[in-house]
Amino acid sequence: MSAEVVIEGLTKSFGKQAIWRDVSLTLPPGEVSVMLGPSGTGKSVFLKSMIGLLKPDRGSCVINGVDIVTCSEAKLYETRKLFGVLFQDGALFGSMNLYDNVAFPLREHTKKSESEIKRIVLEKLDLTGLQGAEGKLPGEISGGMRKRAGLARALVLDPEIILCDEPDSGLDPVRTAYLSQLLIDLNAQIDATILIVTHNINLARTVPDNLGMLFRKELVMFGPREVLLTSDEPVVEQFLNGRRLGPIGMSEEKDAAQMAREQAHVEAGHADGTAGEDMRGVVPQLVPTPGLPPRQGERRRKDRVMKILHTLPPVAQQGIIASLTDDERRHYGVGGARTGFAQPVAQPSPRPRPQPGPHDTQEIARVPEPGWPGGGRP
Amino acid sequence: MAGGRAPVTTGAARGDFPGAGALRETGKLCALGIDVVVNTFRRPFQAREFIQQCWFIASVTILPTALVAIPFGAIIALQLGTLIVQLGAQSFTGAASVLAIIQQAAPLVTALLVAGAGGSAICADIGSRTIREEIDAMEVLGVSAVQRLVVPRVLAAMLVAVLLNGLVSVVGVMGGYFFNVVLQGGTPGAYLASFSALAQLSDLWISELKALIFGFIAGVVAAHRGLNPKGGPKGVGDAVNQSVVITFLLLFFVNFVLTAVYLQVVPAKGS
Repeated sequence: MSAEVVIEGLTKSFGKQAIWRDVSLTLPPGEVSVMLGPSGTGKSVFLKSMIGLLKPDRGSCVINGVDIVTCSEAKLYETRKLFGVLFQDGALFGSMNLYDNVAFPLREHTKKSESEIKRIVLEKLDLTGLQGAEGKLPGEISGGMRKRAGLARALVLDPEIILCDEPDSGLDPVRTAYLSQLLIDLNAQIDATILIVTHNINLARTVPDNLGMLFRKELVMFGPREVLLTSDEPVVEQFLNGRRLGPIGMSEEKDAAQMAREQAHVEAGHADGTAGEDMRGVVPQLVPTPGLPPRQGERRRKDRVMKILHTLPPVAQQGIIASLTDDERRHYGVGGARTGFAQPVAQPSPRPRPQPGPHDTQEIARVPEPGWPGGGRP
Repeated sequence: MAGGRAPVTTGAARGDFPGAGALRETGKLCALGIDVVVNTFRRPFQAREFIQQCWFIASVTILPTALVAIPFGAIIALQLGTLIVQLGAQSFTGAASVLAIIQQAAPLVTALLVAGAGGSAICADIGSRTIREEIDAMEVLGVSAVQRLVVPRVLAAMLVAVLLNGLVSVVGVMGGYFFNVVLQGGTPGAYLASFSALAQLSDLWISELKALIFGFIAGVVAAHRGLNPKGGPKGVGDAVNQSVVITFLLLFFVNFVLTAVYLQVVPAKGS
């Protein structure tokens, strides 16, 4: 039970300043997607346009058959109930304590009894590690706690689509790792479609099924994670490695003169801001905590990606094939021989991936035919 | 740049002639006003918020209003007292000051204080919620901020304005009586007896109607500026400032229109 988001030709400008143009992408149902991009490329604006807080100039954003951009206000409010949104600073209501904040959507939209609300709220607060803090006001807690409380509030209505605006900003690496795991676990449990906007490279490498990047007022690419992680695109390479050398500058873009100057510096032995290792390459993806059901989205994605495999760049293909188990390679009928030479591309994952039961060969082999895109699902 | 033309044409289509910005803002303000009216009748009514806001606005306005009303009644009494003596119509002092206070002074004093004390607080409150993304969060949770936050505040401003209008009328007339009788040596009997000589019941109605409308304007303008601050905490400060100034300008203009219409429509007593 998850929703697909189809965005087509979305364009937004403030006055005469274009933010981004013709962004088209599809968030496949139940999959986790990450949108990367340097600061100030309108990632937050993109999220706000998706939920109808900002009105794009052109384009459409269709969720369950409702175009957010053009639908009526009543329809918009109705569709928004499918969303759980985590804002950058949590966006908690300052006049309410954490308990009331998390209970707010339940009290507004459901007729649940107060005891039932209490059970759900405490469960979500527990999930985000905030047990015992329910009586505190947002002003009295740290930024990281506010963020987690914001997430608890976003989850309380069991949303079909979860949008996270920089879930990692203001959190330490350990909490970010917990949060990443939490999002993956959630995805496994409620099969929600998740879009995370971030510039945390580690999160982008390990969490998502799909990766996209916004730069220079457009969507540079969006697709299976392996494509972006192995991309030769200069912008992507620079961003993933966090280097100064490349098309991204301190202000949005660089001119040719500055690029040449920086290139000369590097050649003269001046460090370019990295530890020198290439961060690209496909690394094992996070898996749900043992004991949880396998992610439905992951299986659907595998079918989908294998179907479009021939259209992907060769490096990405190798990455994808290398991340399959021998069993799966046989199911999809792809050779395992080539794995050897893919250089930074994944060592076969050290952890055993949770296999969905006794892998029913026939079903997986057949699925690609009727399965994608978006067919039989309502 | 490849797309260089596109923004220019959209700019022209939107109309960037001088004054377009002001027109656009006026339009948005009116749209919010209509939204407020429509959402007033949408269930569930936020009774709790409404009562809290009434109490809050009343608590910040009652004392200043009373304190302003006394000297206001006094200056009208003093000014009219000397003028009317010169005209030789002492017996109508009471009538004139009652008319002036109930029709003009009371609604305006009320509105200025509701806008200055209540409106600025509403604007600052909603403005800070906006920059903290609370309003966005509320909208995303499928709750209309207009229905949930703005409607109770506007209705509270209207109710408090109407009630304060009564207070100002009473306090103002009492102040006028005190200054006229005690300080200017007027006759108490004549002052009270002439109350009904010129004033009529419809003067009281127009006074309350004005207060109601002023309360609505003060609430809507404060909410509009609060919902659209220009970036950051400084923007909220500017928005509060603008809301008070815009409300004052609108109030005096609307008062002028209402007075003109009233004087045309309702015949003066005895004519």
